[in-house]
Amino acid sequence: MPSALINVPAKAKRGSVIEIKTLMSHIMETGYRHTASGDVVPRDIITSFTCRFNGTEVFRADLYPAIAANPFITFFTTVTESGKFEFEWIGDRGFSETAQASITVE
Amino acid sequence: MKIAVCIALLTAMAGTSLAAEIPLSERRSGYSFMSPDTRAMQDEDTANPGMLFVLDGEALWTRKAGGADKACADCHNDARISMKGVAAHYPAFEKALGRPVDLEGRINLCRTNHQQASPFAYESRELLALSAFVAQQSRGMPIAAGDDPELAPFVERGHALFMQRQGQLNLGCTNCHDDVWDKKLAGSAITQGQPTGYPLYRLEWQSLGSLQRRLRACITGIRAQAYDYGSPELVELELYLMSRARGMPIETPAVRP
Ligand code: HEC
Ligand code: HEC
Repeated sequence: MPSALINVPAKAKRGSVIEIKTLMSHIMETGYRHTASGDVVPRDIITSFTCRFNGTEVFRADLYPAIAANPFITFFTTVTESGKFEFEWIGDRGFSETAQASITVE
Repeated sequence: MKIAVCIALLTAMAGTSLAAEIPLSERRSGYSFMSPDTRAMQDEDTANPGMLFVLDGEALWTRKAGGADKACADCHNDARISMKGVAAHYPAFEKALGRPVDLEGRINLCRTNHQQASPFAYESRELLALSAFVAQQSRGMPIAAGDDPELAPFVERGHALFMQRQGQLNLGCTNCHDDVWDKKLAGSAITQGQPTGYPLYRLEWQSLGSLQRRLRACITGIRAQAYDYGSPELVELELYLMSRARGMPIETPAVRP
């Protein structure tokens, strides 16, 4: 299973802005490269990343071949209640991975 | 572009005197030449893509393999204890072979001798992951390779290779990494060529890579024929670099441009 690294603060003040950082293991093969014998190396990239908080989508990104291997996606959000972030990466060749992180809001 | 700069460099250096080793107080990791952004990437484990390989290595550590059906953990238990400081002493002398082996070579000896499994290929994800996981247990510890008196002739040979001019550009490692480490080559910092971070995540490679891969890239850069992966010459160069970096802290998994 591909590894993911997630950085979500364990605690936050109600209404404060928090930064979320995610790193997903993926080769992000562009589809533009050729092997020594001239065959195209088929495209194999992550195409979409989504983050939900307690079921509601809070962030989404579409990814393209120009994005480097092992995409590192960071973004900010605000939290008003304790709960769970769910992350989902979807890509070529049926790639589908999820990860979770909880936060306590005080 | 790169070639033109190399040639200019070569010409500029034609008159300079022979290199002297960098004094201890002036030794600098490649880290110190990097931009703040790249440093930040190395500094934070959840931003450092090398950590993805460390996680894979941690999983492989407990996976049974080979005719012996044993995992690394079955013999070495908790890597945080058993592998602490190990990488700082590599390459180490291997009695059975009568020559030094690097960390990757050592892991492959355990694969063949102790797990009765086939060795991992050089630069395979498995070997990079396991060596990153093992070396990360030495993070922050001072490099102390090359002490063993049996290694002396091999350190000497590595040193000779480091000094030797070679390739179409007729440059030795020393001409860049001892003489002009504070200069740039086609926009990249030349650096002192310190081996402190390996295996490391190189942005240009978009992957983790071993010290041997880095050395082969420099040898190809001076337009010489690179030694094969696992060749005695590359291990001797690694050994010399590690003894030259004595006292510098291990950074594995480092990030480099
Ligand atoms: C059946 C037991 C066994 C297994 C399985 C095993 N090893 Fe070892 N390992 C040893 C022994 C014994 C040594 C000491 C050197 C020797 O005798 O080969 C050693 C030495 C080492 C060393 C060098 C330690 C030092 O202080 O220099 C490393 C690194 C290492 N093993 C890594 C691994 C890894 C990674 C794996 C899994 C891929 C593994 N070993 C699997 C028995 C084992
Ligand atoms: C023409 C100059 C030049 C020569 C000769 C050269 N290198 Fe390098 N080396 C570089 C440059 C430039 C880099 C930095 C690469 C980059 O990031 O683009 C580098 C990087 C390195 C690194 C990586 C340092 C780190 O921080 O990870 C090592 C180790 C190294 N070289 C060793 C060697 C060895 C050993 C030789 C001789 C076989 C050699 N180099 C020959 C220019 C040179």
